[in-house]
Amino acid sequence: MSGQPNVAYGEPLLRTQGLTLKFGGITAADGIDFALYPRERLAVIGANGAGKTTFINICTGYVRPTRGKVFLGGRDITALGPRQIARLGVGRSFQLPQLFQEHTVRQCLELGAVGRAGRAAWFTPLASAVAPAAVDEMLELVGLRPHAREPVTALPEGHRKLLDVAIALMLEPRLVIMDEPTSGVASEEKHGVMATLMRALDERNVTSWFVEHDTDIVLKYATRVSAWIDGRIAADGTPQDVFADPVIRREVLGTR
Amino acid sequence: MRASPSFLCASRLVPAAALAVVAIALALPWARVPAITMLCFGLAALGLTVLMRAGQVSFGHAMYAAIGGYTAAFLARRFPGADALALLAAGVLASVVCGAVASAFLSRYRGIFFGMLNLGISMVLVSLIGKLYAYTGGTDGLRFERPPFLGMQLARGDFEIAMLLLVTLLAGVAAWLVQRYFESAAGQLLRAIKTNETRLEYIGVSARGVLVQGYVVSAALVGLSGVLLALVQGLVTPESGHWLRSGEFVFIAILGGSASALGAFLGAAVFEAIKLLAAAYFTNAWQILLGGTLIAAIFFAPDGLLAAGRARHAARGRDAS
Repeated sequence: MSGQPNVAYGEPLLRTQGLTLKFGGITAADGIDFALYPRERLAVIGANGAGKTTFINICTGYVRPTRGKVFLGGRDITALGPRQIARLGVGRSFQLPQLFQEHTVRQCLELGAVGRAGRAAWFTPLASAVAPAAVDEMLELVGLRPHAREPVTALPEGHRKLLDVAIALMLEPRLVIMDEPTSGVASEEKHGVMATLMRALDERNVTSWFVEHDTDIVLKYATRVSAWIDGRIAADGTPQDVFADPVIRREVLGTR
Repeated sequence: MRASPSFLCASRLVPAAALAVVAIALALPWARVPAITMLCFGLAALGLTVLMRAGQVSFGHAMYAAIGGYTAAFLARRFPGADALALLAAGVLASVVCGAVASAFLSRYRGIFFGMLNLGISMVLVSLIGKLYAYTGGTDGLRFERPPFLGMQLARGDFEIAMLLLVTLLAGVAAWLVQRYFESAAGQLLRAIKTNETRLEYIGVSARGVLVQGYVVSAALVGLSGVLLALVQGLVTPESGHWLRSGEFVFIAILGGSASALGAFLGAAVFEAIKLLAAAYFTNAWQILLGGTLIAAIFFAPDGLLAAGRARHAARGRDAS
């Protein structure tokens, strides 16, 4: 089952080949062959330390693999850094939201689009460097319109998570990788956050991959699940198939 | 472009303050050089303020004042009769070029390393200036003839007045431009370096590129202040690039705060007032006065005098309503 998507949509959007990362005697990624197809919603599950975030860090250029390659739409991006990969259309959000703490919600979104806007836009005021309508639309899409003028330090965690993804979406990416979009969010709000995010991603036709611990959320929102154990993909397929796998039930989910 | 409301409020005060400075200096000849010095220190501190927006402090930035000043002095001696404005442009250009070269390397560093590397480079430069006596005049510095101003050969008093007006104009223009820069996308990216550089890379922006820009702007401002001071004095010495001078610029920038471009000039005014006061009444204890002011500023106005003044103003506004 490993490495085989349940539904193939032609060419993979992102593919890795024999991706390996070793540091200090630990193998965080052990020869990973992986493919993500356009319009998939992939959930990555696994215990802490299984290598989920490391895999994101490698695919987004933050960490260089010891061996192996990463391809985006057929192009080898292994040697590129986060900046170049972002410009190729890969957005990322973080387990701990990475916001601009001295800016307002609206300014964070404006900054998110500045990288795409090109250098000429740098010398106009921030508020007009980016089309205001595009910012309004994003605020609406993630439900942060009423908080647009608030400093990001004043936001509750659920809103911070949404803003973190919204900043990534301002890049108009083809793919968004979200590291635990609901961690730290009160349990009664988790589904609201996920529903908002998925609606935003669907509306923009963005392929997504998210790390998630909550089984209910995975079952509800993912079209495919990839389960990690000790730097390897132990199972990959539909949520139902993966959750039925006895090894995954024992090792990852902790149930029988 | 629309200025921020805070800048608009200040924009009525600023011309008034500038006029007051010019009027006092015109009426009292002894006040001309202190007024020019104050505005030049304000320009240099404005350069430091740009870096502070990115959360960086340089303890060696006075080197750009020396680079600007020595460039003007070399040219004035080599080409007698060169206009003051041409010397000014050449000095600023030299600072910009040196700033661009240095920042290509310095933009890799942050925090204490950034600050101390700037200090290190400035120490090497200043000691070279001191040692290369044949070219630089060593610790005595380089004197040069008073250059013509816009083609006119002015007497000392008139030259000082002309320089005072020029410095006031340049300070105003620089403050306005820097304020625009702060509000631009580039300026906001600079601020984002302070809070989240990793995220900047993940939105496709080169944090180093943003810092290089800010660094070159700051080098240009400090360089400008260095040439202006050199022109007024007809002299440039290694002291103009000494780390003590860099420290004074940082001092003023902290006093003024990085909230707005005007803070630097307010800080410079306070600094210059303290120095004059100390020279008149506490000649043996001027360091106590300066040090005490710095301690008080950090305790009571950590974001600078301007921000503290605004917060107070806003609080009064709330009480009144």
